[in-house]
Amino acid sequence: MIGAGPLRSRFERLGNTVTSQVWRLGYASRFLVYLVMHSGTAFRRFRLTTAEIYFAGVLSLIIILVSGLFVGMVLALQGYETLQRFGASESLGVLVALSLVRELGPVVAGLLYASRAGSAITAEIGLMKATEQISAMEMMAVDPIARVVAPRFWGGVISMPLLAALFSAGGIFGGYLVGVQLIGVDAGAFWSQMQAAVDVRNDIMNGVIKSVVFGVAVTWISVFEGYDAIPTAEGVSRATTRTVVTSSLAILALDFVLTALMFTGGNH
Amino acid sequence: MQQAQIVEIRNVSFGYDPARPVLRDINLAIPRGSVVGIMGQSGCGKTTLLRIIMGAYFPSTGSARVLGHDTQQLGGDGLYAMRRKMGMLFQFGALFTDMSVYENVAFPLREHADLAPELLNDLVMLKLQAVGLRGAAHLMPTELSGGMARRVALARSIALDPHLILYDEPFTGLDPISFGVIVRLIRDLNTSLGATSIIVTHDVQEALDVVDYVYFMAAGKVIAQGTPDEIRASPEPYVNQFVNGKPDGPIPFHYAAPDYAADLEVVPA
Repeated sequence: MIGAGPLRSRFERLGNTVTSQVWRLGYASRFLVYLVMHSGTAFRRFRLTTAEIYFAGVLSLIIILVSGLFVGMVLALQGYETLQRFGASESLGVLVALSLVRELGPVVAGLLYASRAGSAITAEIGLMKATEQISAMEMMAVDPIARVVAPRFWGGVISMPLLAALFSAGGIFGGYLVGVQLIGVDAGAFWSQMQAAVDVRNDIMNGVIKSVVFGVAVTWISVFEGYDAIPTAEGVSRATTRTVVTSSLAILALDFVLTALMFTGGNH
Repeated sequence: MQQAQIVEIRNVSFGYDPARPVLRDINLAIPRGSVVGIMGQSGCGKTTLLRIIMGAYFPSTGSARVLGHDTQQLGGDGLYAMRRKMGMLFQFGALFTDMSVYENVAFPLREHADLAPELLNDLVMLKLQAVGLRGAAHLMPTELSGGMARRVALARSIALDPHLILYDEPFTGLDPISFGVIVRLIRDLNTSLGATSIIVTHDVQEALDVVDYVYFMAAGKVIAQGTPDEIRASPEPYVNQFVNGKPDGPIPFHYAAPDYAADLEVVPA
């Protein structure tokens, strides 16, 4: 039959790709389970985790705060234009705060965290593997997953919600600067409407849940890609790229899933 | 009773792909207190054999007894317990680049022993003094030369006073002075620690001056063994080519290729 050969090989390739991706997902899941079960060192010797919180969290502060500030400022400008058409410009504070706390804070902070800290975690673990530091640790009877990977994982998981919260805080301040100081929206209305409209359980907690989920996903991807990297310069570079791409897609996909799960149709 | 052989490899074959074995029917016995060389060309399987000895790989057939244990019978914890009695010097040192020289040497002690800071400091200084780098304790690995990095890695590998020290290509890329230092250290440490050393290397001439006994490997098999003098005088053509560094012999200068004249007429696509 004409064309059966190429078609069959195309299906075979597709099958191989799907099988290998499913296998890799299974491997990554087993890796996560092993990592969580061997996290004792990361908590017993919390100094190891603190160092990673400093690296992933504190050193990301500037980029998170500055980005948050600009996002808040843009939100205020765009929001004011729309709200003014409906005579609701005093609700600017509510719009800025809800957008940030529920959506933009966790998502944009997650994307920034993936590109700044996630890529660095992958590159560091990948280079440790390429320079035989991981093998050296195994030869010294030290489990590299417990000693190297687990502190980085928990450092990232702890940092991410705090970064998202600071992003939102920076954004709200940016919104205040543009909305109140620049455009002239009433400061009292800006803050009081925000305070009245933002609900702790439905808005803030949902945002926190999202940021925790994104933190777990991004840091899991980062440490796994680093540990699984081919130990060459090219292998580490590819793993770092995969971390940023996969993490970004994971954040956006998970954001949709979580938003759908949290959706109440406005009935709080 | 002290066991005479610290490493016993019996009829070991190994391959990542069973159709293409990397090691074929290897037998070797390494007595306590000796310095033994495993030599051969790059890709002959000697590093794989080293990984079998350290329990990173398990034989496909045969058995590997190391420090009195069959590595295949040991679980994860058993392997780690065995490795605590072993030290390994990697080809380029494999120092932890985010730690100082001091912290690198202290690493195995901190991980495996709950020592008072004063005692830990004394032990680290003792090991660094043994390799002549006590004065470099505060430096970072990036500030060290290749030879110094190798010595720090050696200090780290002997931190727990191992019974067995494995060296993976310890002479590669060293200047003559660093080379002389490493050669002396291998011998001195073996004697002072009462340890046994296995050196995997393709730097044959240099290694023959250090070792007590040699296993010569080619294409995954042990093709010759003996004392350094026996190896130097070996009639085996492969060993002879290797020891004397002849460019042509059983290992051809040319990689397998089609007819030269035919290649000259063809313009590669």
